[in-house]
Amino acid sequence: MFDNIQILIAAPVFNVQLILDGLFIGATFALAAYGLALVWGVMNVKNLAQGDFVIMGGYIAWYLSTLGIHPLWGLPISIVLMFGFGFVIYKLIIRHVIERDMFISLLATFALALIITQTLTQLFGPEVQTAESHFPIRQYLDNTVTVADIRLISFGLCCVLATGIILFMRNSRMGQAIRATAQDPRAAKVMGIDTDKVYAFTFSLNAAICGAAGSLIVMIWNIQPFFGIGYSIRSFVIVTAAGFGNLPGVIAMAFGMGIIEGYGGFVFGSEFQQAIVVGMLVVVLIIRQIDMRRHRQVVQ
Amino acid sequence: MLINTDHRLLLALAALGVIAPFVVPGITIQIAVFWLMVLFALTWDMMGGQMGYNSLGNILFFGVGMYASVIIQVSMFMDVGQFAAAHGGDRIEFTDAQYYWGLGLGILGAGVAATVVAASFGWTLFGLRGPYFAIGSLGLVLTAAELAGTWDYIGAGGGLEVPVFPGSAEAKAMLFYFLILAMAIATFMFCRWLYSTRFGLAMNAIRDDELKAEAMGIHCLRYKTITWSSSAFFVGMSGAVFGNITGFVEPLEIAFPTVTFGIFMVAMPLLGGKGTLWGPVLGAALFHLLKEVTWTYFLGWQFIALGVLIVVNIVFFQQGIMGWLMEKFPERFGIIVEKKEAAE
Repeated sequence: MFDNIQILIAAPVFNVQLILDGLFIGATFALAAYGLALVWGVMNVKNLAQGDFVIMGGYIAWYLSTLGIHPLWGLPISIVLMFGFGFVIYKLIIRHVIERDMFISLLATFALALIITQTLTQLFGPEVQTAESHFPIRQYLDNTVTVADIRLISFGLCCVLATGIILFMRNSRMGQAIRATAQDPRAAKVMGIDTDKVYAFTFSLNAAICGAAGSLIVMIWNIQPFFGIGYSIRSFVIVTAAGFGNLPGVIAMAFGMGIIEGYGGFVFGSEFQQAIVVGMLVVVLIIRQIDMRRHRQVVQ
Repeated sequence: MLINTDHRLLLALAALGVIAPFVVPGITIQIAVFWLMVLFALTWDMMGGQMGYNSLGNILFFGVGMYASVIIQVSMFMDVGQFAAAHGGDRIEFTDAQYYWGLGLGILGAGVAATVVAASFGWTLFGLRGPYFAIGSLGLVLTAAELAGTWDYIGAGGGLEVPVFPGSAEAKAMLFYFLILAMAIATFMFCRWLYSTRFGLAMNAIRDDELKAEAMGIHCLRYKTITWSSSAFFVGMSGAVFGNITGFVEPLEIAFPTVTFGIFMVAMPLLGGKGTLWGPVLGAALFHLLKEVTWTYFLGWQFIALGVLIVVNIVFFQQGIMGWLMEKFPERFGIIVEKKEAAE
């Protein structure tokens, strides 16, 4: 462990590699986390199936690539299909849990995550999959930093998608309706907004965002049916640490998460990577908790 | 609630439990797992049903208990690291006396270790309310599983063997069956007693409105910690026994099985009706039956069936069987219904 830290100090160029990889993967985390924050903020539903939506989007892009469609073209298809899937799930399950206690939605989506994971395993098997994009891998800084072109493309696409979503939320009628509903669903209803439609759209939009994130992840990294829970937890950690409605915070935290994972995996060894993800969750919750405790008064 | 029939039902159930392994001797372990499920459902309901703290991570104590027990059973007589490193190779034999002493102390130690873990994490986690607590506890158990998988002292991901039972396979099944039966009944008696005391009322007060409970002078943190620790005590001991039944402890599938036992634990009380004494038992019985059927006939699709069951249960039948019965026939449960409804 200390040897690895010494390597980082002795050869600063390793840091560049770790930070770049962290940023590239963090960009996809930011998409998934933004979707989670959207659904959470607007509908007060915590979607524990978030990560499984991501994985599902990834599987759509991967499956299309096995049919000979380039994964970059699989991306829009995956977005559309996931939008439809989100709509169906909303109509079947989420519609009934919005007004209820939050634990109900949490458990319902946890069960949904279970269903998605197992269905994917049944359909495609438990192997780790990756969609080959056939773009060159280039070396920078005297052949010490390796960056695949697809990672740069994916990073660019993430930025484009995020900007698109932000502009949509800010300017379109639907975006305004979503923000109004998030502020006060009752007032929004009085103003003539069909909140049920807004909820349906929000949830479908979230699924579509996850689909996009998943198809990017399958190109730059790999997926497996059981990776879903990891992405759910990452999104949750990012949103909890950044706080809602804090979009710059979510993006910064997502990049931070990517970099921390990269460093953690390098310093402690790659077998600790999953432990770092879930460990971060506990750490963030405990820090928030200590932070809250200062403002809390109890019977002593 | 069912004051008169309570004892009779419990006695009937216990009698059934005692004669079951002699009537159907082939499936003793499966019936033992049923009692384990009853224990899980009851202990989950202490927190989730009676106190409103829905935990997704109570399975943590199962794994902690299991590891604690194995470590105690082994370390009384030799070095654990050496034992873990030797797995698969030369079997290390224990004498009868060593085995039984180790087992007894191991089970007890497992309970104590789980209690300590619950108390120490309770302090930090109980500030989290509602769904945050659920996710926090889920994070805790996932972290524990990952860390146990990297810790070489306890065999890391490769797992750890449990000392081998000195007798025959039938004797082993019988011993552990009765141990787990006794634990399940003890848990039931404990819950029954606990819910009838002032402590039980305080737990319900916390569930109904924690802020008001705090304002009424109930020290919520203390109540929450004690409840979680006592449920952890039973789960920890059951983990020790289950580890000895399987004879092999491994972090992801056996010690911290979040998607199997971890989620069954939540599904059962919800199915039976949470916040009632008999609901979890009923839920465990039905669930175990359903589980055995799906696991046998729909192998491969069993988790999908389970997921669908949970979704349907929680979305459309949230009150559970006992809750539904109480709504339907309130007089049978000693609830007095005012004829005149309050105007809304």
